[in-house]
Amino acid sequence: MGHILIQDICKSYKNRRLERRGPRDPYEPGEVMRILDHINLEFLEGEMVCLLGPSGCGKSTLLRLIAGFDTAASGEVTIDGEKVVGPSPNHIFVFQHSGLLPWMTVWQNVELGVRNVKDAQTRREKIQENIDMVDLTDFEQHYPYQLSGGMKRRAELARALAANPDVLIMDEPFNGLDFLSHMKIREEIVNMHEFLRKTTLVVTHDIDDALLMGDRIVVMGGRPAQVKSNRQLDFPHPRDPKKNVALGDLRDELFLMLGVSYAV
Amino acid sequence: MNRPAVHRRYAMMERASELVGWYRGKRRIVLPLVSLAAILLLWELTARHSGWSAQVFPSPSKVMRGMGELIVNGMLWRHSVASLFRVTAGFYLAVIFAIPLGILLGRMETFNLMLNPVIQFLRPISPLAWIPLAVLWFGIGDKPAVFLIFLACFFPLVVATAIAARAINPVYFQVAANFKFTRWETIAKIIIPAIMLNVLTALRLTVGIGWLVVVAAEMLAVRSGLGYLILDSRNALRMDYVMVGMMMIGLIGIVLDDLMRRLAYLHPSLQRTY
Repeated sequence: MGHILIQDICKSYKNRRLERRGPRDPYEPGEVMRILDHINLEFLEGEMVCLLGPSGCGKSTLLRLIAGFDTAASGEVTIDGEKVVGPSPNHIFVFQHSGLLPWMTVWQNVELGVRNVKDAQTRREKIQENIDMVDLTDFEQHYPYQLSGGMKRRAELARALAANPDVLIMDEPFNGLDFLSHMKIREEIVNMHEFLRKTTLVVTHDIDDALLMGDRIVVMGGRPAQVKSNRQLDFPHPRDPKKNVALGDLRDELFLMLGVSYAV
Repeated sequence: MNRPAVHRRYAMMERASELVGWYRGKRRIVLPLVSLAAILLLWELTARHSGWSAQVFPSPSKVMRGMGELIVNGMLWRHSVASLFRVTAGFYLAVIFAIPLGILLGRMETFNLMLNPVIQFLRPISPLAWIPLAVLWFGIGDKPAVFLIFLACFFPLVVATAIAARAINPVYFQVAANFKFTRWETIAKIIIPAIMLNVLTALRLTVGIGWLVVVAAEMLAVRSGLGYLILDSRNALRMDYVMVGMMMIGLIGIVLDDLMRRLAYLHPSLQRTY
């Protein structure tokens, strides 16, 4: 479960600004901005897909279309042959900034994921299981404002996994985290993915994140955005681009593709 | 080094820090009492030496005596309860109507476009301007006063609720959609808790406004309440009773504000700072 087919997606927004933001603003006021230009992609079951691209290129827009938060101008997204028409617990979105509800405890937030489970006892067990899995045991009764950035991210992950979705969609899951939390949560996501094998989409602008995590790396770019590269990676975990020459070469290639170089 | 001397010095320092600690703990009570005492002293001195008669400018001691009389004959209690009843009734009526309406205005653009101009048009009209109509429509007694307090509380509450409802982070609605909330669940579990912090602040301010207006409202068509006490005492040239009425309004104001402040402890998530 979790086979995603993206067929010929186009998306545009109307520029509501009345004047240009600056002399080099490429957008005409009132102009219709084309964000996504005939995107065709296929993600296999259980794949960890990393979407790379410069900020503002339309990665998040594509993600929101897959989640069903937005509708495309043309084309369609299908998951296991079923057209995505709206949000559903079958494809859970993990938000860039916290998507936890601040008036609910960690427990109550994770409970949202198991709303369709009828039996109260099973429900409790599932909540506890998911909280334990992300290492938030003893923090069940804490409110999000009492947690650190990394713990919030993990709580939201527990909520998403509690729903047992076929597809997990993460919009920049490491945004705003300190270096160590970033590394730790990255590792946890990879481990969880190894274990659960859910189709996972991760938007990132960090090439190393993509290299270390992805079974598939999709590079998007241009205005409107097109798929610049789409390749499967076949490197076993744990990965290290400094030790694996092929991975290091791929890294250089990705830097080149995104128009930057690591060495300055 | 002379050890005993050092010990003595430490003991003294410890005692001093104990005193400072006591002061720190009681500061919330001590400092207001200090300023209160200073004001009373200044008032007493002014009353004695200003040359105004006690009828025009009663001293605090005379006011305290007046307060004692009014407590003993039960008038202070009766008038305070009457005023509190009117404020409570008007305030609750406003809450019942204003919060749902504010949510509608904040979340539904059609409603907002239809009703917001009307609300913004009525809002700057002082509740006191409604007095003639209120008396005409509701006669005399509690009703017109409750109506005026309702008006005074209603508009700020609607506007604050609408602004809070409009500003709800759209991510929460996406979460709700993702987990398939029903419409009622979205209202109960997203909208209401999301606006709660702002609405509580608005409630706190609004009670103050209602309390402000009750006195004016009671100066027209009723025969009870602190406003009536003040007006009636003026007619009887009892300025000490007038001041008792004023002081009672201030005291109850503090208590009301404190009660509203405590609403923030109703739910632990209200302690969040963002």
